[in-house]
Amino acid sequence: MSTAATAASPKEKLIIAGREFSSRLIIGTGKYRSYEQMRSAHEASGAEMVTVAVRRVPLDRSSESFLDYLSPALQILPNTAGCYTAEDAVRTARLAREALQTDLVKLEVIGDQTTLFPDNEQTLEAARILVKEGFVVLPYFNDDLIMAKKLLDAGCAAIMPLAAPIGSGLGIQNPANLRIMREQLPDATMIVDAGVGTASDAAIAMELGADGVLMNTAIAEAEDPAKMATAMKLAIEAGRLAYVAGRMAKRLYASASSPLQGVIR
Amino acid sequence: MRVFVNGDEKDLNARTSLAELIEQLDLPAVRIAIELNREVVRRSDWGGTMLKDEDRIEIVHFVGGG
Repeated sequence: MSTAATAASPKEKLIIAGREFSSRLIIGTGKYRSYEQMRSAHEASGAEMVTVAVRRVPLDRSSESFLDYLSPALQILPNTAGCYTAEDAVRTARLAREALQTDLVKLEVIGDQTTLFPDNEQTLEAARILVKEGFVVLPYFNDDLIMAKKLLDAGCAAIMPLAAPIGSGLGIQNPANLRIMREQLPDATMIVDAGVGTASDAAIAMELGADGVLMNTAIAEAEDPAKMATAMKLAIEAGRLAYVAGRMAKRLYASASSPLQGVIR
Repeated sequence: MRVFVNGDEKDLNARTSLAELIEQLDLPAVRIAIELNREVVRRSDWGGTMLKDEDRIEIVHFVGGG
């Protein structure tokens, strides 16, 4: 029996801090060409949770409420994108909670503008403060087992390792790290966040044992976002099933599928 | 008095409350949140929060993001 099958959780739903989601896909709301296009992609994806960003209200013009374009059935997950310090991330999370009346937060503390790689130290510091304040913290971080353990010890509700730089669409760059994280932290809710480019990337993330995938650009920048959203939905279902089914062992040489006996001579 | 709203300088009459500022700015009061000098002010406290000279106010809403 493969290790994947042993590690597979029988649970059918994505569970975050006791909240159940039938869809294992979480999607973003940024970069769409229009709100209409975003809405149709959301519908096609089957996602039950979407991320949003917190920004200053423009004072010089009336801004229509972007939230009106989100289905009321969707769980909104505010992020702390754009924050470079634990302090700013904590402030942003508090503002989001006050406005949306949700304790969920996607914690993101960036360390560098070019890569948008996380500052793990600041992320951990912010996570500790937010958990103490009663937030359900979902942290974006480097795909590092030790950091994952620290975040879980700090009380984070899930771990959200990156697969590749945000918006890069490069796909899973370090599958071994994700697999190790899965095997070493079998009870943690692991959501691959950032770097997915197309459906096969999402399927691979799930085959590696992720409980879910969070993505934005792969759908929003597809030529047809709604079609890509459907592809992602199917890929995540397929990848999850494959993980739970337990893949065959790899071997270097062929192994005939048809009987070797009885071949006509 | 002078306050800063989202980084911009703004002249206000003395004895202006946070709720009055929102009204003056013509902002929808729903789905926004306010920070006064780096502390969140609960919506229920907007009316009773009087602004002071040099106060720094951040008013946020939500935009598309990942």
